[in-house]
Amino acid sequence: MLKLHYNLEKVSMGLVAAIIVAASIGGIVEIAPLFTIDKTVEIPEDLRSYTPLELAGREIYIREGCYACHSQMVRSLADELDRYGPYSLAAESAYDHPMLWGSKRTGPDLARLGGKYSDEWHVAHLIDPRSVVPASIMPSYPWLTRTLDTDLLSDALATLARLGVPYDEDMIAAAEADALAQSHPDSDAVDGFLERYGERPATRVFDGDPSRLTEIDALVAYLQSLGTLTDAPYRTLAEDIQ
Amino acid sequence: MTETLSISERRIGVVLSVLLALTGLVMAAAARHGVMSTHGFMALGLGIGLAFLLAGALHDPEPPTDRLRRYYDAPTRFGIVMTLIWAIIGMGIGVWVAALLYWPEATPPWPATSFGRLRPVHTTGIIFGFGGNALVATSFHVLQRTSRARLADSVSPWVVLIGYNLFCAWAVTGYLMGSTQSKEYAEAEWYADLWLVVIWVTYFALYIRTLARRNEPHIYVANWYYLAFILVVAMLHIVNNLALPVRWTAAESFPVWSGVQDAMVQWWYGHNAVAFFLTAGFLGMLYYFLPVRSGRPIWSYRLSIVSFWGITFFYIWVGSHHLHYTALPYWAQTLGMTFSVMLLVPSWASAGNAIATLNGAWHKVRDDATLRFMFVAAVFYGLSTFEGSFLAIRPVNSLSHYTDWTVGHVHSGTLGWVAMIVFGAIYTLVPQLNGKTEMASLRAVEWHFWLAVTGTLVYVVSMWNAGITQGLMWRAYDENGALSYSFVQSVEAMAPYYLLRTIGGGLFLTGAAICAWNCRATMRGAAGHAADRPLAVQPAE
Repeated sequence: MLKLHYNLEKVSMGLVAAIIVAASIGGIVEIAPLFTIDKTVEIPEDLRSYTPLELAGREIYIREGCYACHSQMVRSLADELDRYGPYSLAAESAYDHPMLWGSKRTGPDLARLGGKYSDEWHVAHLIDPRSVVPASIMPSYPWLTRTLDTDLLSDALATLARLGVPYDEDMIAAAEADALAQSHPDSDAVDGFLERYGERPATRVFDGDPSRLTEIDALVAYLQSLGTLTDAPYRTLAEDIQ
Repeated sequence: MTETLSISERRIGVVLSVLLALTGLVMAAAARHGVMSTHGFMALGLGIGLAFLLAGALHDPEPPTDRLRRYYDAPTRFGIVMTLIWAIIGMGIGVWVAALLYWPEATPPWPATSFGRLRPVHTTGIIFGFGGNALVATSFHVLQRTSRARLADSVSPWVVLIGYNLFCAWAVTGYLMGSTQSKEYAEAEWYADLWLVVIWVTYFALYIRTLARRNEPHIYVANWYYLAFILVVAMLHIVNNLALPVRWTAAESFPVWSGVQDAMVQWWYGHNAVAFFLTAGFLGMLYYFLPVRSGRPIWSYRLSIVSFWGITFFYIWVGSHHLHYTALPYWAQTLGMTFSVMLLVPSWASAGNAIATLNGAWHKVRDDATLRFMFVAAVFYGLSTFEGSFLAIRPVNSLSHYTDWTVGHVHSGTLGWVAMIVFGAIYTLVPQLNGKTEMASLRAVEWHFWLAVTGTLVYVVSMWNAGITQGLMWRAYDENGALSYSFVQSVEAMAPYYLLRTIGGGLFLTGAAICAWNCRATMRGAAGHAADRPLAVQPAE
């Protein structure tokens, strides 16, 4: 072996090839089986994709780096089930490009956040966290009251559709209108929105101000959707308990 | 820079600078507004600046004809300056965001200065800005010395260094403006990622071409590590960053991976960025500078073979230990844990080999702060690899994951190991490359050493306490079977540790600032070139 290496280290491209081989095996073994994900992870029938407004909110969540302090992955540990809710399933994030499982909980996990607090609470908390949680160390996000830029939304849906997220052509074409409609439940456009996305996504004025579509509308819509895209984790947990 | 290039090389440089400026112009014009347009203008400005610099020097005299019989050290000197600039930026931002966790009201009301946007500026600034520049700069030095050959050409080292720093600048300014992929340690958007691929291919080609000209039959161990760093980082970077841009004219994209696949790819990348960026490359540094500074040959050649191939083979499996108890398949978690534990063998073989090399030179460790930096680096390398294997064990991970223990672990590696070996290398190189025998102030080196060690210990110990406290509070139940603490109570419990951590980071930053000042003082009084030369006389042009 030593003799072999003694010779290998005289040939630069031999060393290059050996490094590539040695460093490829582990990745191939662990990652390649996940390419059969369609067969191994069953996508629940009730799993819905994000609405355009929620998707825009998700982009704001990413832009502001929320994932650096908040995970979205409840581990299968007793205290996490008690604190947050049913443990996360792979299927839940099947349409998440990228996943936002996170790696650090400077703040709490958000995987089961949807419906836990009112819209008003979220708006107040984002503008000034210490107004509702005095000991919070979260930064304030006062600039989120600015108007939401929906320019990229149609292209964003189209791109995700190419990656396998079930957005059809109507959804892509109406993305901007649907973002507006979801936060204006009294407008005429909401019928089209309900036709495309069904009754499940919340349609309401998220920031309490119907005159404008703001970034905080989108972000709150996204936060309220967390953990509500499918009931599968609740069903799985119920089966586990039985 | 220009005085070390021949007139024909300066012409090539002008052409490349104009190409860069045109690329920037096209980006700015196509995007019209937003982050990509700003980045286009940055490239345009840099290209024009470089074109003027080089074109203005076209009529300057040719460099001395004997230059090809010397090592080419100007890029290394530039790389060290960039390393120090990024150290101050990255560590400065680090201390600031640490302070914000203790004092969140201090956050200014602008989006660009929010914690979430500054945090990747800190990680990218340190890993890629500080660490990356140090790796490229020292790799040029080590490659030439251990091959006894001058770099294969004089233009591509500049392309690599300037292009690489443009990538870093694009990345961090992008985060400030809200452009990020959100993938940890790979936050830069798609066009910056493509740009880095071009730079990296140039770097690899330069490395291999120089190795091909070597006048030593054997390739020295340090180069194996630098090669592994270059090759595997390329592989990781490309696979993890595969993404579809939302529009060719916007800095927004979606990764091709989703959900559990994306998580596995991300942490395969994330942990191996630690392995091949923050470990392999710096082991290359250790294997060269420690023997040189201590005047002792590496203790065991065989052990270095075992540890090199062990690290290269084992590390790539361990990323899944970031996903214990998550929705990742159980078998993949188990593989990650198993290989993480096995990884301790080659890691300690490296650390042990380094420390055993110092046998017979312990009096130098006592007297020479530069060598002491390298010794402490080897010790922290051993400590943090042990801690890493320990934290990867599933039940331990159930306590430590998501807490500040992970942050403490990372910083015991980055402050204690990576930064210490970089400072050791810098204090060896800066006098040598400037024709001096020692740094301008040896007392300053001594001060830096103790500030760095104290800062690291304060930081790491406070984060250990913070993390274990958090982990225990989250899982504590009272006698009625209810959770004992709300989440926000665990946040309140962190305050003293976050304050201590800020102080530890501040001490470390102070040391780095002293280092930058000392290097500047040493470089200002430059008395010439490095005295050593390649063995073989190369033909003059």
